[in-house]
Amino acid sequence: MTHNLILRVVSKFLIPLIIVFALYVQFHGDFGPGGGFQAGVILSSAIILYALVFGLDAAEQVIPPTILRILASLGVLLYAGVGLVTIFLGGNYLDYSVLGSTQIAGQHLGILLVELGVGMTVFAVMLIIFFAFAGRGRP
Amino acid sequence: MIDVLINITLLAFLAITAVAIVRMTNLFAIIMLFGIFSFLSAGLFVVMDAVDVAFTEAAVGAGISTVLMLATIALTKDQKEKHSKSHRPWLPLATVIVTGAALVYGTFDIPAFGDPEAPAQTHVAPHYLARSVPETGVPNVVTSVLASYRGFDTLGEVVVVFTAGIAVLLLIGGRRPKANVRKNEREENDA
Repeated sequence: MTHNLILRVVSKFLIPLIIVFALYVQFHGDFGPGGGFQAGVILSSAIILYALVFGLDAAEQVIPPTILRILASLGVLLYAGVGLVTIFLGGNYLDYSVLGSTQIAGQHLGILLVELGVGMTVFAVMLIIFFAFAGRGRP
Repeated sequence: MIDVLINITLLAFLAITAVAIVRMTNLFAIIMLFGIFSFLSAGLFVVMDAVDVAFTEAAVGAGISTVLMLATIALTKDQKEKHSKSHRPWLPLATVIVTGAALVYGTFDIPAFGDPEAPAQTHVAPHYLARSVPETGVPNVVTSVLASYRGFDTLGEVVVVFTAGIAVLLLIGGRRPKANVRKNEREENDA
């Protein structure tokens, strides 16, 4: 598909929009539908579209597989780490209320951080799975 | 009234898609119909006011899993299902009908859709609905339940996703040895 002009132009236009929408879903999940899971999937679909149109090697240059593995682990670590921090601050595991000056501020920060962790892991794992499947077909 | 009309239309399309999937033999077309099926389910979830679930269904069911299944048939390079001549449908058909009847019988005990007296609505749900905003400041109750009240469950889900990624990497990830290298190895083993 690398020689199809229309696909290249349209996807170059669409990919930034998909990424912005993913960021919106990620950080607006408190107020509207969405959250880390959906944002991670949408963001990974932007890279998958890039890989489908411009080729797997180009996509792996954009996001190297090593970075994906680090991102996937970092997401889980961030989530579990927020829980540990709340223990050290004197609360229960994943009790975000102790993170901020007020309960609402703490909850807000905690939810933001764990959603970010979810988004990172889901994004990275979706791409890892896609690269693993698509990479098998390479000569 | 309009809800009922939309529900009937979407369910009819779902049924038509399901029948089409069963009757088709071209795997490429079947995968496309799977995507349509997921998208129709997402539409149904929106009508039921479960927008977060609809969002996930549209993104994962219609988007990512379609791409992954396409990647899989590109690997296997066999687009036609093979039908064996000695295929006897009666035993599987009987199994499906009995199981389906049991499941339908089971739904008679399920409370009606949106029933305020249902156990799911009377246990902790009123607490979440009433105190999500004063306790967490998050207007989307789905997010506050998912990330805060049930944060431990969501941590488990993220670990499940992470484990799935590791499993795929272990099974088919990484570089394959080149074909001629493997051939040489096989010859050495034979010798």
